[in-house]
Amino acid sequence: MRRHKRISSLPFHLMILPGFILVALYSYGPIAGIVIAFQNFIPAKGLFGSEWIGLGNFEYMAGLSDTYAVVKNTVYIATMKIIAGQVAPIATALLLNEVRKAFVKRGIQTLIYLPHFLSWVILGGIMVDILSPSSGIVNALLRFVGLEPVDFLGNPRTFPFVLVISDVWKDFGFSTIVYLAALTSINPALYEAAAIDGAGRLKMTWHITLPGMLPIIILLATLNLGHILNAGFDQVFNLYSPQVYRTGDIIDTFVYRMGLIDAQYGLATAVGLFKSFVSLLLISASYALAYRFANYRIF
Amino acid sequence: MVENITWSRRTFIAFNYTFLIGLALLCLLPLVHVLAVSLSSSGAATAGLVKLWPVDFTWKSYEFALSKPEFLRSFVVSLQRVALGTMVNMTLAILIAYPLSKETSVFRLRTFYAWYFVITILFHGGLIPWYMTIKWTGLLGSMWALILPGAVPVFNVILLLNFFRGLPRELEESALVDGAGQWTTLWKIFVPLSLPALATIGLFTVVGHWNSWFDGLILMKHPDQYPLQSYLQTVVIQGDTSLMGFDNIEDLALISERTARAAQIFIGALPILCVYPFLQRFFVSGIVLGSVKG
Repeated sequence: MRRHKRISSLPFHLMILPGFILVALYSYGPIAGIVIAFQNFIPAKGLFGSEWIGLGNFEYMAGLSDTYAVVKNTVYIATMKIIAGQVAPIATALLLNEVRKAFVKRGIQTLIYLPHFLSWVILGGIMVDILSPSSGIVNALLRFVGLEPVDFLGNPRTFPFVLVISDVWKDFGFSTIVYLAALTSINPALYEAAAIDGAGRLKMTWHITLPGMLPIIILLATLNLGHILNAGFDQVFNLYSPQVYRTGDIIDTFVYRMGLIDAQYGLATAVGLFKSFVSLLLISASYALAYRFANYRIF
Repeated sequence: MVENITWSRRTFIAFNYTFLIGLALLCLLPLVHVLAVSLSSSGAATAGLVKLWPVDFTWKSYEFALSKPEFLRSFVVSLQRVALGTMVNMTLAILIAYPLSKETSVFRLRTFYAWYFVITILFHGGLIPWYMTIKWTGLLGSMWALILPGAVPVFNVILLLNFFRGLPRELEESALVDGAGQWTTLWKIFVPLSLPALATIGLFTVVGHWNSWFDGLILMKHPDQYPLQSYLQTVVIQGDTSLMGFDNIEDLALISERTARAAQIFIGALPILCVYPFLQRFFVSGIVLGSVKG
């Protein structure tokens, strides 16, 4: 009997090596760099020359009233985005499912996927233009119907809602893809049986389509749990201004300003570490839940 | 299926078509409006006459944007970044996904490597340590700062390794029996068979690199080195539009900061609009492939 030739794993190691080194440097390097959070870090003195101050940065962070406002804003904005960002695509997918003419459906899909592919610099520029209180077209419309113009991006009361609405606007279309895919896997025999039993379209949607989509809805809702501290840096950074910091400043923008503008490296790293740590717990919990209830594995 | 088209059903269909078409237009109209503003004269734009069609049509705002050397320079930087970055990302994604798609019995350390990469999407060091690492490795102010820190696209590696696993085992086995090594098998069998998946991931990578702006903003030392999106961020959002050098009275009647900004926004979106038809052809299958596997 011929022995099966053992496959050498050397080529595998060589294939992984370049990526391994880059990840070691640029992903694990920064993870090691979180020691900055425990230092009074001064770049000129470096990681080994800077003074160690234990939990000093965390104590300072806990005493700062900004921290609480920023965490509250982040959770508030992210939660609204997660909820609206899931309801809107589900509703759109259900409505699109009722469109029988293929070219109309295709045309609508083409248009609603588009904003997803534009950066927040471009979309931010568009928002600033159309929402401008003096020359923007949205306020021109408000004036036309006899309403007072609103400074959407400059008013702390409206700002979080502008964030949520524009975020849903950017991504609801793209998010329908997954739900539409779930719809195609529903057995058509169920609809035929329901029709014979005299169910109308609404009843079918409620008793067949929605339950058919439920696993994927639950899965995505669970995975979204890990994003509760991600309120969307790219978007906020391109839309906010000092006058809306009170309701619009989030953890990521706070860390950016503390660290790279004010050069309070230790404090900014501490706030960032707090976020990374809580996110890790949430993501692990959400993956564990997703694995348990939907048998979902990432690899 | 026999359908009884009732009156209420017909009302619903009419409502549904109107609503969805309205929704679709809502996604397009802001862009159309900005395009119209960019092609209108300064006076018409300021007076709020521009809706969805240019008023007093003029190319002047585009001439202005394109006449600025910074603009063209950043455009070239962006093209270089997209070309180099996509090449590095795709090469590494293929090289990492292939060994990780093997069974543990074939590649013993597979699980270790898989976790090694997955941990990096679960936990980050945060902005400051990330910035400091790039600084210490001497990349600040170099094109490599925009490419090497994100060189391993872990999500795409996962997508691709799942795709590799779906390919018939017999092809690989017969290649190995015929004396091909792992490199040959990867290059001659796996890569050609995965072209649709690679095209999808490749297009997303291109769009990702094109759209990145924050890294350029903080990692480049001089505005000359900014990619287009970073440059646009400073112009469009921070509002450094100086109309200086364009002080011809006649021209100032035709362009304003607003129309110039609109023109630059549109030029920044244009490449995406150009690749969009190709993107759309690939991404639906690609996304579904990754997110709802059994």
